[in-house]
Amino acid sequence: MTEFLQQLLNGLSLGAIYALIALGYTMVYGVLRFINFAHSDVFMVGAFIGYFVGGLLPHGTFWGGLAALAAAMAGCAVLGIVIERLVYRPLRGGPTLNVLITAIGMSLFLEYSGQLVFGATPRAFPAIFPAKVISLHGLIISMNQVTVIVVAAVLMVGLQFAVHGTKIGTAMRAVALNPKAAQLVGINIDVVISFTFGLGSALAGAGGVLYALNYPSIDPLMGVVPGLKAFVAAVLGGVGNIPGAALGALILGMVETFVDGSRWSTYKDAIAFAILIGILLFRPAGLLGRYRAEKV
Amino acid sequence: MAAAALSAAAFAEDTIKIGEYASLTGKEAAFGQSSHKGTLLAVEELNAAGGVLGRQIELVTEDDQTKQGESATIVKKLISREKVVGILGEVASMRSLEAAPICQAYRTPMISPSSTNPKVTEIGNYIFRVCFIDPFQGTVMAKFAKETLNLRRVALLTSVSSAYSVGLAKYFKERFVADGGEIVIEQKYTEGDKDFNAQLTAIKAAGVDGIFVPGYYTEAALICRQARELEMTMPLFGGDGWEAPELIAIGGSAVEGCYYSTHYSPQVDTPAVRAFVAKFQARFDGETPDAMAALGYDSAKVMVDAIRRAGSTDGPAIRDALAATKDFEGVTGSTTMDKNRNATKAAVVIMVKDGKFKFVQSVAP
Repeated sequence: MTEFLQQLLNGLSLGAIYALIALGYTMVYGVLRFINFAHSDVFMVGAFIGYFVGGLLPHGTFWGGLAALAAAMAGCAVLGIVIERLVYRPLRGGPTLNVLITAIGMSLFLEYSGQLVFGATPRAFPAIFPAKVISLHGLIISMNQVTVIVVAAVLMVGLQFAVHGTKIGTAMRAVALNPKAAQLVGINIDVVISFTFGLGSALAGAGGVLYALNYPSIDPLMGVVPGLKAFVAAVLGGVGNIPGAALGALILGMVETFVDGSRWSTYKDAIAFAILIGILLFRPAGLLGRYRAEKV
Repeated sequence: MAAAALSAAAFAEDTIKIGEYASLTGKEAAFGQSSHKGTLLAVEELNAAGGVLGRQIELVTEDDQTKQGESATIVKKLISREKVVGILGEVASMRSLEAAPICQAYRTPMISPSSTNPKVTEIGNYIFRVCFIDPFQGTVMAKFAKETLNLRRVALLTSVSSAYSVGLAKYFKERFVADGGEIVIEQKYTEGDKDFNAQLTAIKAAGVDGIFVPGYYTEAALICRQARELEMTMPLFGGDGWEAPELIAIGGSAVEGCYYSTHYSPQVDTPAVRAFVAKFQARFDGETPDAMAALGYDSAKVMVDAIRRAGSTDGPAIRDALAATKDFEGVTGSTTMDKNRNATKAAVVIMVKDGKFKFVQSVAP
């Protein structure tokens, strides 16, 4: 029983990080109908900002950790907005394939510039939050895991509020529904898209710091695998759907953890992806996604 | 600087080129860098002493970025474009296995400094190594776990995507079980994984008194950290893949009291090791050479010694000379090629204590 609870906790914290990345994918898709492959590298940049800012602050304090987290989120938001402004906006309105290839190019650009600037050798991430471990009848709860889950939950609730409770959030949903009609009613879609990129990238930045906190070895290619998994989670939940991304990420984190802890740990990714294919066979639009017929 | 460039150009026509491929960047960069420094030091020394066959040696180094597929490409380039007479590399068995068939096809002798998987030299008769192989390393650690650490119930945590890890786990298990120990649980991970909580939780539930982690340092350090976070206090131990300063940098206090087997320790007190450590520290800003550096150094020396004995830069001639290598005194002990082109050598066991690598014992073959 303890083992089951422990794995549940492990799966929850892994899923929470996937969720933070998946939200960025899903928001951009919802608004622009394209997959921002550079998103996983924004996540990496977030971890590095956390690394450098965290190095300046006193380690093991809550405000220090939160400051590093805030810095990473702000830095990534700016990076996301700049990428959109410089790279994606000039291509808007062109064939979707061009934007997609450009996104892959942007992703490789960030990864290998990262290798040049930060070096390819993994670095040890500082313990910026208080690293306490609580033992509860054999169940080990590390403060890092709790931090990840709490921060992710707060950010997701905040995001839900931002999308459904604010004016810009309403505008975002309007653009997602129909960009032309949104423009006709006076919404400045450039602002909305910049905002979406900023928000999504800030979440990725937070994800980067939290990921590095739990797995404290960071390098410029660290975003590739979690990025791919988060993308899968977004599709699983129904790409373009915010609660769907969170749900998909949670399922993926749980499945991976339970398979990893079983005799079949070799097949972790195979099983995780088999489940994805299975779900998509029965629900092509993802768990919470709505299938929309496209008129040709 | 200009003079150096000029003299380099003067003998560029008539140098003997030796190719080296190494993971100078990427996840296992610590290995590649160390090995490369050792190799470089050996070549510089040999050149200062007049080179070989009356010519200077030129080391052509290429970085494989710790990436799959890369080493095959760059070894092809080294052989066909750079016209190297011999190849040195790699540390990781996975990448040596990629490059070896190409060296074999082009009949260019290759010496792997520190790939310990037996399959590497089985590729063909042009492939050599200057280190021991995993059956021996696995046996050493199984004996050490059983007799010195007194462990009975051990868990295996293997990287399924690495030939080295899978091989080492197999030989460890064979010996440990034969000696009456028990492998209680076997868990797997993949290179590049960062989260091992699930596997460790299962291991914890199984109740073991030691964990054998035959992987590389990046993952090993994270595994130790996560194990300690789960309040698992038993010793974790591994093979020479653990040998890097990053193990302690990333692992911190979690790797205290952990053990690994390797090829050499700078704390071994022999004249050859003392001299090598002094030269290495003088050349590389006081850095203490680890096993990868020592093996890189020995691999270059063995290659050049074979070229000298062959008296030519012809691939088959160098190969024959390499196969006849006998009692070559290097930093990591004396090298004799057996009929499978493997070196038979002693292993040492190292412990992490007070944030430093400490020599525990030496195990003869």
